Amino acid sequence: MDGFDSWALTLAVFLPLAGAAVLLLVPRRDETSIKTVALLTTAATFAVGVWILVNFDYGATDELQFVVDRSWIEVINSRYIVGIDGISLPLLVLSMFVSMLCVIYSWNHFPEPHNPKAFLALLLILETGMNGTFVAQDLILFFVFFEVVLLPMYFMIGVWGGPNRQYAAIKFFLFTLFGSALMILGFLALFFLGGQTFSIVELQDTAQGIARNTQLLIFAGLFMGFAIKVPMFPFHTWLPDAHTEAPTVGSVILAAILLKLGTYGFVRIAIPILPEAAVEWAPWIGLLAVIGIIYGALGCLAQRDMKRLIAFSSIAHMGYVMLGIATLTDFGLNAAVFGMVAHGLITGMLFFVAGSVKDRLHTLELSRLGGLLVQAPRMGWILGFCAMASLGLPGLAGFWGEFPAILAAYNPADGLPEEVFRAYMVVAAIGTVFAAGYLLWMLQRAAFGTPKDEFADQAVPDVNGPEWIAWSPLLVLILVLGVYPHLLFRVTDGAVGVALRALGG
Amino acid sequence: MLLNQFLILAAVLFCIGVYGVLARRNGVLVLMSIELILNAVIINLIAFGAMLGGESAVVASVFALFVIAVAAAEVGVGLAIVLMLYRNRQSIDVSDVDLMRG
Amino acid sequence: MLEQVWVIPLVPAISFFLILFVGKHLPRKGAEIGVVAVGASLVLSLVTAAQWIHRTNEARDAVDGGGHAAGFLGAVLAGAEYAVVEPVVRTVTWWQSGGEVIEAGTLLDGLSAMMIVVVTLVSFLVHLYSVSYMEGDRRFTHFFAALSLFTASMLLLVLSNNLLQLLVGWELVGLCSFMLIGHWWEEKPNSDAALKAFLTTRTGDIGLLVGIAVIFFGAGRTFDILEINQAALGGGVSDLVLLVAASCLLLGVIGKSGQFPLHTWLPDAMAGPTPVSALIHAATMVVAGVFLVARLYPVFWEGFDIAAGGLNPMALVGGITVVIAAVLAFVQNDIKKVLAYSTISQLGYMVMGLGVGAWVAAVFHLFTHAFFKALLFLGSGSVSHAVHSFDMKSDMGGLREHMPHTYRTFLIGSLALAGIFPLAGFWSKDEILLGAGANGYEAFMVVGLIGGALTAAYMTRCVYLTFFGEYRGHGHPHESPALITGPLWVLAGLAVVAGFLNAVPFGIHLFTDWVEPTFAFPPVAHPEFSVPLAVVATLLALAGIGAGAGYYFRNLGPHGLTERNVWARRGHTLLWNRYYLDHLYTGVIVGSIKGPVARAANWVNQRVIDGVVNAAGVGSRQAGQWVYDKIDQRVVDGIVNGSATGAGETGGFLRRMQTGRVQNYGALLFGATAVLGLTLVILI
Repeated sequence: MDGFDSWALTLAVFLPLAGAAVLLLVPRRDETSIKTVALLTTAATFAVGVWILVNFDYGATDELQFVVDRSWIEVINSRYIVGIDGISLPLLVLSMFVSMLCVIYSWNHFPEPHNPKAFLALLLILETGMNGTFVAQDLILFFVFFEVVLLPMYFMIGVWGGPNRQYAAIKFFLFTLFGSALMILGFLALFFLGGQTFSIVELQDTAQGIARNTQLLIFAGLFMGFAIKVPMFPFHTWLPDAHTEAPTVGSVILAAILLKLGTYGFVRIAIPILPEAAVEWAPWIGLLAVIGIIYGALGCLAQRDMKRLIAFSSIAHMGYVMLGIATLTDFGLNAAVFGMVAHGLITGMLFFVAGSVKDRLHTLELSRLGGLLVQAPRMGWILGFCAMASLGLPGLAGFWGEFPAILAAYNPADGLPEEVFRAYMVVAAIGTVFAAGYLLWMLQRAAFGTPKDEFADQAVPDVNGPEWIAWSPLLVLILVLGVYPHLLFRVTDGAVGVALRALGG
Repeated sequence: MLLNQFLILAAVLFCIGVYGVLARRNGVLVLMSIELILNAVIINLIAFGAMLGGESAVVASVFALFVIAVAAAEVGVGLAIVLMLYRNRQSIDVSDVDLMRG
Repeated sequence: MLEQVWVIPLVPAISFFLILFVGKHLPRKGAEIGVVAVGASLVLSLVTAAQWIHRTNEARDAVDGGGHAAGFLGAVLAGAEYAVVEPVVRTVTWWQSGGEVIEAGTLLDGLSAMMIVVVTLVSFLVHLYSVSYMEGDRRFTHFFAALSLFTASMLLLVLSNNLLQLLVGWELVGLCSFMLIGHWWEEKPNSDAALKAFLTTRTGDIGLLVGIAVIFFGAGRTFDILEINQAALGGGVSDLVLLVAASCLLLGVIGKSGQFPLHTWLPDAMAGPTPVSALIHAATMVVAGVFLVARLYPVFWEGFDIAAGGLNPMALVGGITVVIAAVLAFVQNDIKKVLAYSTISQLGYMVMGLGVGAWVAAVFHLFTHAFFKALLFLGSGSVSHAVHSFDMKSDMGGLREHMPHTYRTFLIGSLALAGIFPLAGFWSKDEILLGAGANGYEAFMVVGLIGGALTAAYMTRCVYLTFFGEYRGHGHPHESPALITGPLWVLAGLAVVAGFLNAVPFGIHLFTDWVEPTFAFPPVAHPEFSVPLAVVATLLALAGIGAGAGYYFRNLGPHGLTERNVWARRGHTLLWNRYYLDHLYTGVIVGSIKGPVARAANWVNQRVIDGVVNAAGVGSRQAGQWVYDKIDQRVVDGIVNGSATGAGETGGFLRRMQTGRVQNYGALLFGATAVLGLTLVILI
């Protein structure tokens, strides 16, 4: 392996951190330089991502590529192993991409108390954590990055958030920390029982020797860690609060990337390492997933705040992703990875729009909104487009996360109860109607009709420059992936096969 | 052996330094006195190093260089403080600085 | 061309983006792009259809030995049953999972060739009509963009070679329907109607999603329509799977094609502009469900065991719809709503026809209905263009003299719809009844006859209220411009002649030859024409017209019955409230989900689940407080406090030593060190 190959992933992970360090040197008053440094850093990181995209061997998506394996903490035999396969690649690139767009969007959208320097530095540290999680192939390394994400997000919500930010931030922090504690217990158990190694690849072989009951327990521990991050019903209550209070960019990153850390953990760690336990737990995961689908939808219908509604819709959408994972089939897992990317793009976009609406009208109360299409037609249409994508309209990206998951539930992996999963399938299909219901209802109340009296005379600026730059790539991607899903499926398919290999699938 | 002479010189320098640090009110003089103390220490180090010879001489020299470097940094920081003190109070009298009074 | 049919939907799709991005800057606000694009699609579709006809003729000639002159009529009269004309399929990779490649592609056979001609033809006429009708509309450009998108989606749907792609088209036409029903979204009733249409069809789509999943695995992991059909006919799929799949898919059809009990969205959909009603809610989109059944006929054939006769769910749904919708059409005052219920009723005929095994007849009815129903809708639009209202009772009447073209074409459409010989509706409807009788579904034949009489009667009422009597509206109505009457006359011509494509008694069965699949298709019967049945049907239709004419024109019969008779009044109330289905859906089901159920879920979320979380938080804080109060403050602090008092006093002394002067501290430090040093020296 030569030159840049071995550096690419490391660079992808630590470039944002270096950028954050540089940012600290720039004087606080020089905002333009601060923004430029942040933008250049994320752009450079994304350029690395593009380089990876170009040089990725699409014929071997099932193998780890760009692998680096160095000794790190020898005492506990934890190594610095990074590498990506077809599952990590889309998520890694998505993370770089969304981070860059967030910086662009932030250009003139800094929430109170302003302070771009701290805000952007946190954003860059966050990116390091997210990228790191997607490339780490060692449990301790994974854990470290998984936790690195936590603090910047905590501050982002706690400092730049809405009126109830302290509560939301602490809730987010404690919830996730609680899950992490159980997760690290699981990791340690794997280490001690599974041959004194933290390498994810090695554990896929060595962990098979662990006693069955112990496997079940370990899986439960990992489940708690990941399920809280996803979040699955009934561990979801941090999400609406965090989303509602977080600043726009925080919401976008939270929805687009952070939630995927949980589902990614299932696909990357829990299922390949503990396949037998996964089979045992899958019906319960599926149950929680479909409860989440219906429950999230009902929650949406009861909301009066647009941002909170979108947050609840995340619960429903991640329900589809988890249902796909729970089927333990190639269709299901492919759908799950596609669903992660699609949800990242679509819900991220919805939060962008919601943030911009709030910037202009200073409220997201649905009963006070109305006639967005009259006042700012372009933004209204974009909202409509995203709502359509989010409700899983075929031809847009959201559909490919939903339908294959429903399809997979009809015929789950061997060893799973077929009848139960077929019942899940019907419930999930009913969930699509609810999804259409709450999203169109939101669209009707926010965009259709005429503006309410209090805003009738107010000039509402339509989509502006930085917004166009940040949004149009997302919109185009939603459309392109929806029309030609092969772009993503061909990348994930091989890797999904590997993840399921231990199941004999 | 000239060791004693060196030690005496160092002791004298040290005492002058301590006197300067404790008794003088001029900030710059206080700093200079600190330099004296440090130089006394360096002389001691070199003297002992020379006496023991061999590897110890090298170690002592390294230590000495190290102390010199630190001393330079210390003067830098100290002068900056004195400068700021002067800017804020138009005086370099260290007895005026009693912000730490309990 | 048969291989390249993918171009046909592509043209309007490109037109959609063009209109969206540059339409506003063009002199005709983007309408010209739409008209040209759909016109191009129409030409391509006609070429495709001609080539398909050529292909079928060739195949038949080959079977005949190819000896005699391959004339048009020769092929028609030849033994058509034996020639297998393989559909033209062309695929590309769409996506893959588990190494299995799932392909997208086009499937061209008689059915899809017929559909693309109908879609592009009606769409083209509607485009022309809209240029004039929608002139000066607040969102003229968007309207044409949506029409283009709709045309593209509908073409995608009918050309799909697999169910997944069909689903894509299916949902996209639903989206366009949503956009166009809610075209004037400033008014809440319009956006409500749009939402209702989308959500109701989505409810049906639950069945479609599940059905596709069932059939995908049932037919051996494939979405390919031909493979599924072959598998269904080959007996490789269990009866139960087919039954479940057919039932689920039927639910989708019920939603999309406005069948009972999910028909309630279609009358509301009339909130959209009239050309939209003609194109989407009469001629094309609503027949997507019928098309799906026709496309996957082997699945339904085997699943519902249609050959057995008697009764099956599909025929039942269709039969119920025929009658209940026709009855509802009597109490409507809005001309478009009359036509909407009529559409539901006619769609019921198609579904019933498919349910009784009369495949050709049902598809033929789809074909003819597209023309005369589009004609009627466009005619009603022309009327409303003149009187600025859709209310027949309060704003119309006597328009016969003011709008001669509209009147004549509307009359032709009405007669065609009523099934009067020799107009288009007669042939297709008659064949459905014939099939029902011949295949052992006599009950449905009767239902169909009753429906025919009702249709004739309510159309008579509609024509009377609109064109006869005194003008009740305001101002002076004028005939619409040529851009509006032109398409009316074209459609009227088609409504007259389209039926002759399959005029069986004259020995013409071109439609059967061209459209009926010969590949992977169940052995449907082709009953002989029956003169008595045709006579009975015509007589009943005439009786319907006569009854209507007698009641309205001559003022015969029991007028004011609803005021006198309590049962008649109750019946009227029931109809007026549309069987209370809307109350059930909107008020009870949706209302409860949106209201109490959602609120309950939210309450559970906030109080129970979040309550647990918060309680955990509060609990641990209280535990901390308790530990702090009882143990920390009393026990530990008891000890600590003692020492603290001492420390406090010491501190008081030490405080005086804190001068704040660095030199004092230095001196102390030095002194202390010296003392310590001395102590060390002395002790050691």
